Amino acid sequence: MYTQAMDLAPKDERTALRSIEDAQREEHFEARIAQGDFIEAKDWMPDHYRKTLVRQISQHAHSEIVGMLPEGNWLTRAPTLKRKTIALAKVQDEAGHGLYLYAAAETLGTSRDQMFAALHSGRAKYSSIFNYPTLSWADMGVVGWLVDGAAIMNQVPLTRCSYAPYARAMVRICREESFHQRQGFESLLVMMKEGTPAQQAMVQDAVNRWWWPSLMMFGPPDADSPNTAQSMRWGIKRLSNDELRQKFVDACVDQAKLLGVSLPDPDLRWNEARGQHDFGAIDWAEFWRVVGGHGPCNTERLAARVSAWDNGAWVRDAALAHAARQAVREQAA
Amino acid sequence: MSAGTPPAALAAPAPAQAEWPLWEVFVRPKAGLDHKHCGSLHAADAAMAVQLARDVYTRRQEGVSLWVVRSSDITASDPGDKGMYFDPMADKVYRHPTFYELPVAVDHM
Repeated sequence: MYTQAMDLAPKDERTALRSIEDAQREEHFEARIAQGDFIEAKDWMPDHYRKTLVRQISQHAHSEIVGMLPEGNWLTRAPTLKRKTIALAKVQDEAGHGLYLYAAAETLGTSRDQMFAALHSGRAKYSSIFNYPTLSWADMGVVGWLVDGAAIMNQVPLTRCSYAPYARAMVRICREESFHQRQGFESLLVMMKEGTPAQQAMVQDAVNRWWWPSLMMFGPPDADSPNTAQSMRWGIKRLSNDELRQKFVDACVDQAKLLGVSLPDPDLRWNEARGQHDFGAIDWAEFWRVVGGHGPCNTERLAARVSAWDNGAWVRDAALAHAARQAVREQAA
Repeated sequence: MSAGTPPAALAAPAPAQAEWPLWEVFVRPKAGLDHKHCGSLHAADAAMAVQLARDVYTRRQEGVSLWVVRSSDITASDPGDKGMYFDPMADKVYRHPTFYELPVAVDHM
């Protein structure tokens, strides 16, 4: 799925003291970025670039992993075997995406355990969208349509990220993510076109609850995203939060019409002059509340994640012990 | 700081439990093509690495064969030497077929 917390970085960590050698390297690095070169893991890069990426990629990875939890809720409750099979494949993909991304972050010199420790202690962020509950089966469809739709909007530009291992992971992720959005939309379409009035109402209710949090997935407004300019200059980010949000709104309006649902925003209307839709004010106080740990499910999500990790400790240890013993046996043989 | 060395800020104290070692994964997309690097993963041993590689990197028929190699067993060229190490190729134009002008009559050679 996706990370939006990429802008929530501590203040500029750039250190004032630099050697002349580092200054030259940085100049060379900036020149490479300016001409659209990709940066590989072993290439020299400024500390701040490295840290920004570690933060962004690990938050992205955490979002994929935590993103499995709201859907896990419905694996055993899916209405048909077909939907259950699809949901399983989708959740497996999220796990895979998390792994691609952790691996990409590790190329920057952080370890998997360090990233997990940051997530489990609550220091690291993940996309705030996963702190909302999935209350009905229609939520699964809406998560696919809106949440994965917003994720795709965000991730496609990242396939051109200047840091190559991240860009390569994003190419794979985007290829797979399309199925996520399409299956969600299709399941909603079935409920809207063939469902009972109660099922249709369930879809509308899910849309009402997920619409605004989905718009928040693109992160704070550009004016409140102090790191955006640097990230865009470095090719870590290709489009601003507000640009992406606008693209998403414009895309969703027609899709909602096709579905036959309304979007819960009385101010949403086409602006002929701009050639885009105007939309209502986002409740940023809610966004910051959820990011700050006070969303409906923050505690539950983190607890589920930590308990999965802790309860799996004996498996990880046993696998290592087995491998060590096998290695000794093979040497002896 | 030498190229590729993680900055001190990221080198946190060693974790209490050992992480599973890191493996690089190579996939042959179909018979007739080379194995190509596609990513990495953690696994306790080689057999587990192959199995996890299948689940992580070939969920949609991306391959017909997998290789896994311990990342620590890979020796790589120094990215800092990239310039002098690979650049000389540019001034050895005679290594390329286009350097040789032949009569049109020779046709394809």
